[in-house]
Amino acid sequence: MAKRVGMEVAIAAAEAVALCRIDVAAVYPITPNTHIAEHLAEIVADGKLDAEYITVESEHSSISACCGASGAGARAYTATSSQGLMLMHEILPIVSAMRLPVVMGLANRAVSGPLNIWNDHSDIMPQRDSGWISFFAENGQEAVDMSIQSFRIAEDPEVMLPIVLNIDGFQLTHMIEALELPSQKEVDRYLPPFRPLATLHPDKPVSMGAYAFPDIFTEVMKVKDSVLIDSKKTILKAWDEWGKQFGRWYKPVETYKADGAEVLIMTMGSMGETASIAVDELRAKGVPAGLVKLRLWRPFPFEEFREAIKGAKVLIVCDRAVSFGGPGGPVAAEVKSALYNDAGRPAVLNFLIGLGGRDVTVENFKDILEKGVQAINKKPAGGYIFYGVRE
Amino acid sequence: MIEIRWHGRGGQGAVTSVEMLALAAIEEGKYAQGFPSFGPERRGAPLAAFNRVNTHQIKVRSNIYNPDIVVVLDPGLIGLVNVADGLKAKGILIVNTTKTAEEISRILNFKGKIATVDATKIAREELGAPITNTTMLGAVIKATGVIKLDSLKVPIEHRFGKLAGRNMKALKRAYNEVKMSNIN
Repeated sequence: MAKRVGMEVAIAAAEAVALCRIDVAAVYPITPNTHIAEHLAEIVADGKLDAEYITVESEHSSISACCGASGAGARAYTATSSQGLMLMHEILPIVSAMRLPVVMGLANRAVSGPLNIWNDHSDIMPQRDSGWISFFAENGQEAVDMSIQSFRIAEDPEVMLPIVLNIDGFQLTHMIEALELPSQKEVDRYLPPFRPLATLHPDKPVSMGAYAFPDIFTEVMKVKDSVLIDSKKTILKAWDEWGKQFGRWYKPVETYKADGAEVLIMTMGSMGETASIAVDELRAKGVPAGLVKLRLWRPFPFEEFREAIKGAKVLIVCDRAVSFGGPGGPVAAEVKSALYNDAGRPAVLNFLIGLGGRDVTVENFKDILEKGVQAINKKPAGGYIFYGVRE
Repeated sequence: MIEIRWHGRGGQGAVTSVEMLALAAIEEGKYAQGFPSFGPERRGAPLAAFNRVNTHQIKVRSNIYNPDIVVVLDPGLIGLVNVADGLKAKGILIVNTTKTAEEISRILNFKGKIATVDATKIAREELGAPITNTTMLGAVIKATGVIKLDSLKVPIEHRFGKLAGRNMKALKRAYNEVKMSNIN
């Protein structure tokens, strides 16, 4: 097993991407993704990686460049945050419809306005229906591991879809912590070279992403949906093989002390670890609390999710984005929809937390869990709560 | 787990201090975090940076509110920023200053342990510049034992290359010259 080293997570993510021997990187730097963009540029400039680093003038161009490069058969990577992702939005469903396995590292950050550079999930949530596979990393090690796993999954002939890996901005990207970086040999063993089914080449012309009339468009959408749903099989296989090779195991829904828990709290990304300390403290006092962490956001892992929450009386969903005027945070809305037809479903409490970098402490999670305990006997009112808001 | 808050100004290298300390602790087989105050940074403006050091995996990712150790890189921050804010009563305050621990204690109304060292003088003499981020690491090690002096060698060499020797010399001087005082 590799030695643990101290490294900033953004730098480690860039190192992991370089270990994947990418052919093309097109990244427009934006806080807090900047260190990924800079370090990858440095690796290429130093001649340590034989790749083309395309210095684009915007994020719309970076994703477009990746789209073209991937179509030509290159292993392509981009990274962005917040407004950058919003600017890419137009291109995202095109990349997935064209079945191009681009990988994106997203250093999650709040979307303007007002301008806010800090961490939440309001950038990824509006991209939900873009047809991309979407993962959340909980710590630096996962950001490294999942960067590598992403290329293998995306490029699998059964999948051929783009992947966005969510890495919480600042809380993860700017954190120097202990992690293991696999060796080049180990990555080469896990990740085969990209073998596209068709490529753009002047000698063998093909059309990609052409026109679809009403008589075929529905069928194309159905295929896109099916492929995304079916990608879970490949994801599970890739995670299983990762576990066998590296000893670190990944699941679509991770649980922590969830067995026998009457109250479960559900998080995505870096807050899971802080929440786990609150669970430990409540369990020590005999409170039947547990934690559920959603790693796979798309395709939504319905089966694993139902299994993870089985037996719970109250499910607290922590959302880090607002669906203004909607039924709750985007994650809670999905969870409620997933559970609607289940007879023994738990009551769902929805808290909007950690918006635009608002700190969420162990004490906050304990307080939220206590509110969940109160809801065991008293059915909650529904709706959603802006946790800690000053009015 | 030990939590440390560093006070400096933009450009004084507080983030490098937390990086060196975290890397040294990890080098020792411990777990550590090093992180800046999240957000924009302006040259010359007061800022803070943070460390956590532990013997097992660190799970907490929220801010640090009640540090065990506070380090002040710039003497001009005393009185400008409440550097003792949230510092545990049994915590240690380590200050770059020409003042005595008694004076610092009076100004900040902090009754716990205080360590003082004239790091600016050391840095000027050893590095030719009043940048105290590496120098103060020596004072921190002597005052707290949070890491070993030798563990800094690899990270300092990696970070500073041919200037590593001078930085190591400066921090060893601070290690030897820091004055510990328990006011109580």
